[in-house]
Amino acid sequence: MKINDILKPTFWKVVSVIIVTMGLFSTYYRFSRGLGLTTNLHDSVPWGLWIGFDFIGVGLAAAGFTIAATVHIFHIHKYEPLVRPAILTAFLGYLVVVCLLVVDLGRPENFWHPLVMWNIHSVMFEITWCLICYTTVLILEFAPVVLEKFKIKAPIKYLKIISIPVVIAGVIFSTLHQSSFGSLYLIVPGKLHPLWYSSLLPVHFYISCIAAGLSMIIFESFLIARAFTKEDGFHHTELKMDILSGASFAVLIALIAGFLLKIYDFIGNGKLPLLTVPSTETYFFYLEILIGTLVPIFLLSYKKLIEDKKWIYLTSICVISGLILNRLNVSITGLASSSGVNYFPSFDEINITMMLVVLAIFAFRLIAKNFDVFVSNESEHSVNENGTAKSKQIILSERYE
Amino acid sequence: MLNETGILFDITLCEGCGACYDMCKEVNNLPETNDDYLKDHLSDNTFTVVEEYGEIYTRKLCMHCNEPACVSVCLVGAIKKSSTGAVVYDADKCIGCRYCMQACPHSIPRYEWGLTKPRIRKCNLCDDRVKAGKLPGCVEACPTEATIFGKMDELIEIAKKRLKSDPDKYYQHIYGLEEAGGGHVLIISPVPFEQLGYVSKLTNEPMPEFTMRAMEKIPSVAIGGGLFLSAMFWLTKRKNELAKEKKSTNGKESI
Ligand code: SF4
Ligand code: SF4
Repeated sequence: MKINDILKPTFWKVVSVIIVTMGLFSTYYRFSRGLGLTTNLHDSVPWGLWIGFDFIGVGLAAAGFTIAATVHIFHIHKYEPLVRPAILTAFLGYLVVVCLLVVDLGRPENFWHPLVMWNIHSVMFEITWCLICYTTVLILEFAPVVLEKFKIKAPIKYLKIISIPVVIAGVIFSTLHQSSFGSLYLIVPGKLHPLWYSSLLPVHFYISCIAAGLSMIIFESFLIARAFTKEDGFHHTELKMDILSGASFAVLIALIAGFLLKIYDFIGNGKLPLLTVPSTETYFFYLEILIGTLVPIFLLSYKKLIEDKKWIYLTSICVISGLILNRLNVSITGLASSSGVNYFPSFDEINITMMLVVLAIFAFRLIAKNFDVFVSNESEHSVNENGTAKSKQIILSERYE
Repeated sequence: MLNETGILFDITLCEGCGACYDMCKEVNNLPETNDDYLKDHLSDNTFTVVEEYGEIYTRKLCMHCNEPACVSVCLVGAIKKSSTGAVVYDADKCIGCRYCMQACPHSIPRYEWGLTKPRIRKCNLCDDRVKAGKLPGCVEACPTEATIFGKMDELIEIAKKRLKSDPDKYYQHIYGLEEAGGGHVLIISPVPFEQLGYVSKLTNEPMPEFTMRAMEKIPSVAIGGGLFLSAMFWLTKRKNELAKEKKSTNGKESI
């Protein structure tokens, strides 16, 4: 790409620059003036958009461990091409989450305290350590891609040797902290609305992150294929339609499992009457279930639709929106009535969040273009090994041909 | 527990004079926050309030739980239980995650939102004064002995005796004895507590139990998960190899 190309203003470039500039100003204000002036948080609403967004980021990054496990532990090599995008997504997702956490801390200069001051009874403590460990795992998993590019061969050998224990550790750390984000709210039975409060919250969080994480990868695959043209070298992508259909099938199973668990929870705890109470919470709950669970289950149960790229794309958007709604419902909507105030994030809160998202997308594009993220060079699994994708390469856009 | 101390607040004796409110401000060096103390509310500069409900006056403050939610959730252990039973905070450790505010069943902790080095703020039952042999500020100030200080078991006895000796005057419940596992602030009242703005739908189970039930599964998830994944790794690998072998031998036979 030439300098002129980079400087050529396009709509998205202009928007991104504006968002990042505003975000930087907001970040400056946040740190120089404190939380009170820059956020809409107060004593009744100690957690807001930033914490809610942390839940979302972590949830959507879940494919990092599910796909790695599918390929490296369960040896279903057909999904190999999704491993690197999933790990990159997870890594960037976690970076956003960690940045937001630090921005949200009242005393960011003390962020290192959990390393030396321990309270093993705190869910937050467990989450912090899992985040640290899992981010390390992601770095180890992605390192070969970077090393390959710079032709540094020696460390790759060692990384290969430890790769399986690393993947297993990654799956366990992920399982623990993904579910623990739900456990955070176990201690507030009196505050969180019963539509969402449940002793099964950790399990709900875990199952929903599996569905949404995979959907995120499906969604990205389409976006990437659309955004990068032949000149960028993306005609080599190994993405094939039946891989994405297979992943969508896994999404379907996770959604059904999550839905059955919800039903079990509602019947078991006598919460069914809540569904007929007209309140803001109830409407938000219905919206979440409808968009995030029922519509995608309905669409994906048609064989025709699950093999059609447009419908898969659409369902992935539904499932992602469902997760976003769910996490915001738990962290904001579900707590509104007990706190007695309606919280809406401030300008600065939104700015900083959007800035981090834009930066993450930018980093993703940059890395995807310059490293072999969507091209799998791992020759150890030959193309003809059983379970490898059969259908022809997916054609995702007109420009692509 | 036996040597731990706390306070008993008898609403029927409170005249709403606000002496405890003033003394609390003085002891903790807190600035004035409201011209009318009866209209004030808990904040980063107000650790206890006197509230007016018709003829009745009542106090709100940290309940100094036996098994405090705030202590259990604080990941760096910035909130701790003192040997006196008071729940105290150490600003030097705090990272400002505000999980304690979210978790407290009584919604007590407040935050210095306006500062760039904010602290969690709440009553600490004058732990330093008590350790030095003095009374908590509010107890010392109260002219009617509505708030009294003592060993927990003695306070419980006194409260029970008062409820028994005058069943018409008192609503038959000691608030804070069992709520959320109980604590070091006991309150007795002439009317049901929900009428006075106390959180009334609390379980008697200590709040940290709710988390522990999930947390105690962690070791088994970690170990079980590790074993399961290792086994799956080996099994599926073997299966693929067998399938490959079969394919190649089949191929040879057909030749
Ligand atoms: S009332 Fe709240 S702040 Fe006070 S000890 Fe109990 S949990 Fe902690
Ligand atoms: S805000 Fe401070 S005291 Fe409260 S839980 Fe977080 S670290 Fe602990």
